[in-house]
Amino acid sequence: MNPVGVDIRHVALSFGATQVLKDISVSVEPGEFFALLGPSGSGKSTLLRLIAGFNQHQAGEVLIGGRDVTGTPPWKRDVGMVFQNYALWPHMTVEQNVAFGLEERRLPRAQVREKVAAALDLVGLAGYGARRPGQLSGGQQQRVAIARTLAIEPQVLLLDEPLSNLDARLRVQTRQELVKLQRRLGITTIFVTHDQIEALTTCHRVAVMDEGVIQQVGTPMELFDFPVNRFVAQFVGSVNLFAGRFEREGGALRFASEKLGRVALPAGVEPPAGEHDLAFRPHAVSVVDAAGPEALSLRGAVENAEFLGEFLRYEIRVGAGLVIADIPHARGRAPIAPGTAISLAIPASELRFVAA
Amino acid sequence: MRTHPGIVAIALAIAAFLVAFLVIPVVAVVYTAFSDGHGGFTLAHFAAFHEISLMRESFANSLYVAGMTVGLGTLIAVPLAYLTVRFQFRGAILVQTLGVLPLVMPAFVGAAAMQLLFGRSGSVNLILKDAFGVTLPLMEGLNGVIFVETLHYFPFILLNLSAALANIDSSMEEAAQNLGASGWRLFRKVVFPLAMPGYVAGASLVFIKVFDDLGTPLVLNVTNMLAPQAYLRVTSIGLEDPIGYVICVILVAFSIGAMGGSWWFVKRRDYALVSRGGVQAPRRRLTPWQALLAYGWIAGMLLLVLSPHLGILLLSISKVWSFTVLPEQLTLAHYATVFTESKQMIWNTFLYCGLAALLDVALGTAIAYIVLRTKLPGRQLLDHLVTIALAMPGLVLGIGYLRTFKGVELPFGGGALTASWVIFVLAYAVRRLPYALRSCMAALTQVHPALEEAAENLGAGRWNTIRRVVIPLMMGGILAGFVTSFITAAAEISETILLTSRESMAPMSYGIYLYFQSVLGRGPGAALGVIAVALVAFGTYVSHRLVAARSPHQSGGGQ
Repeated sequence: MNPVGVDIRHVALSFGATQVLKDISVSVEPGEFFALLGPSGSGKSTLLRLIAGFNQHQAGEVLIGGRDVTGTPPWKRDVGMVFQNYALWPHMTVEQNVAFGLEERRLPRAQVREKVAAALDLVGLAGYGARRPGQLSGGQQQRVAIARTLAIEPQVLLLDEPLSNLDARLRVQTRQELVKLQRRLGITTIFVTHDQIEALTTCHRVAVMDEGVIQQVGTPMELFDFPVNRFVAQFVGSVNLFAGRFEREGGALRFASEKLGRVALPAGVEPPAGEHDLAFRPHAVSVVDAAGPEALSLRGAVENAEFLGEFLRYEIRVGAGLVIADIPHARGRAPIAPGTAISLAIPASELRFVAA
Repeated sequence: MRTHPGIVAIALAIAAFLVAFLVIPVVAVVYTAFSDGHGGFTLAHFAAFHEISLMRESFANSLYVAGMTVGLGTLIAVPLAYLTVRFQFRGAILVQTLGVLPLVMPAFVGAAAMQLLFGRSGSVNLILKDAFGVTLPLMEGLNGVIFVETLHYFPFILLNLSAALANIDSSMEEAAQNLGASGWRLFRKVVFPLAMPGYVAGASLVFIKVFDDLGTPLVLNVTNMLAPQAYLRVTSIGLEDPIGYVICVILVAFSIGAMGGSWWFVKRRDYALVSRGGVQAPRRRLTPWQALLAYGWIAGMLLLVLSPHLGILLLSISKVWSFTVLPEQLTLAHYATVFTESKQMIWNTFLYCGLAALLDVALGTAIAYIVLRTKLPGRQLLDHLVTIALAMPGLVLGIGYLRTFKGVELPFGGGALTASWVIFVLAYAVRRLPYALRSCMAALTQVHPALEEAAENLGAGRWNTIRRVVIPLMMGGILAGFVTSFITAAAEISETILLTSRESMAPMSYGIYLYFQSVLGRGPGAALGVIAVALVAFGTYVSHRLVAARSPHQSGGGQ
């Protein structure tokens, strides 16, 4: 089956007086593994349920494979959804659970049996058909839920926080299996998560959502390297973020902020017009004897250090603000003692200016 | 920590009480059914039972009536439950009312009113005959029993099923919709099976209640059923007639079978998965046609359910009411009659039920404490013993009492136990104990042990902790248990009919039954019925308020 795309065009949805989705437009390419990433209450699950047909949008249109599905009930959409709690029916065996969608499609018995076996085989649960969901582990239950959805060969696969009910170790393994499965089947997949690591590691592209609005759509690296606003910068990865304004004095450019005070920006940095925050990642900070002109130079005192194995995370008091610096650890090297005055350098290429 | 000797003594005393007034009477009944009279085992009495065609007929009739009641009750309850839980509509309060109304009136009280409304020459048939020249045999023979019992007991299915439906996580249904199921198939393949535990619990309860009921068939003059036959054998042939005991064993076996069956059914499947996210399905909107159908159905049911209440009220204030659609002359004379003739009975009800309920909450509190808060070996046994009472038909316990305590004299010259009012208190208390115990257990579970540890830490001994901390915190549950015991005892009829040996010691429920035996007594009987219903309704209201007031702010600490 050829994969299909999903087009969301100017969709708006309110529950009573609460606007949950505000003019959402996004295109998911055929065969793409696409993530909706955002904190709880951002509208990401609402958007997913809207694609499945469980929510009705009040404005705009939703196209699946070029066909407008607005008004099509969930049971006629051919969009497979894996629920956060798996939603396996306890009164049916694993086999009966997986066969359900096929039976609803009135497939001949022999074909149902064949497809159930194939689906269970696909998720590595061949031979578990006679068990009841309650007799399976959490990870196995999730795989049954995936098999049940894939058995109907849906046009689009929707995953609602599929990893959140698994323990940490299993989560990484399942994540990798999901990616392999998606690549193998080539099915258009939309994945809802609040965990940036999950989104960054699995998906081709990610839409970051907040307060019912898509903040930015891009590949994981685009989001990390070029966040368009403060929310995306903070939500994807960790970041040092300072509000302030630019001042030009002669040829020199300065950034004046309440927290850092007035600091000179390195030559060649061109800030965009208007109010922006200065942003840089903790791993871009290095401790130096004296910073060169090609880097932003800050001076401060170590306030706290956390040892995280591969690196040390320092909190450094700079003016009235705190700068986070992740400094790689080398064997045997002692941490810098709290109170020590140090110089920091951030290369010009690592400085970002993001909209507030 | 060693268990306090005082607690051991109390536990033993409770165990002795339960053995004397629950276990021994039941064992005596079962023993008599299987005994050849010389200490040997025999199945001859069962064979004799099988030889009598009336008995075979009664057995079949009882099964038929109980089965039909469950079936019809299901037909009424399932749409109502589904409607309230899954759709947006304003009738929810009406359906809740529907769920409580029948329970406040004992089925046998309603039966007399139903006769006048739906009987051969009742209001409905008079109208039908006038308009279409036909009559419906709604109250003829077994039909009448089924009709009355269905209207009385369908709330058990409604309440249990509604609770089960409300507990289903919305994703369970959405997953089915996502895979292509909708409408009736969605209900049949996913929704109803998931609510099955609630349905089975309600349906098995209805089956037992109807199978064991003595009052309704007697008031409707239907004797070819098991419970009335047992009663007639014991009262007319005598306590020595083994057939009555055979019937009792059958009643007990079916009760235990139905309860055990429903327990096994729920246990067998893992339904814990059902409610896990705790998100209730969003309520759907009704289309205008669906709304019309829904409101029509509810209105019709409300009218049916209210009919015995209205009927009994009308009957209590009508001078004569026969062969007319509505009574033609109204009077308050019946109430005057009741208050002069039956003052004693009303007083008796308060005395017996009050003492029984008091005994229940005292035992319930003690057992709850012993089971939940001590390490006394075998403490669960007390809980299990009490649960047996749940499966004991009143008729069986009544017959057991008569047989076991025949000739037992009360101390201090109180006369024979079976001829004394004390026996009512004992019989009522034993059969209501499970309800009171549940209520006390629930209350004590909500009291965090840290609250007791805090008292002990501050120097209070065990008894002072119980008296000053545990019991005050449990008070809401204890009171609710008291009210429940009181009102269910006041509405009881099976034990009452059996144990009443003199009119002067009879409680109200027997008075109503007695009045209904004669045409002239119907008015006063109805008046007494109205008083009983008012009493039960008031008690139900109080108990709901008590349960509502027992909010989490009393619980302290975590759950």
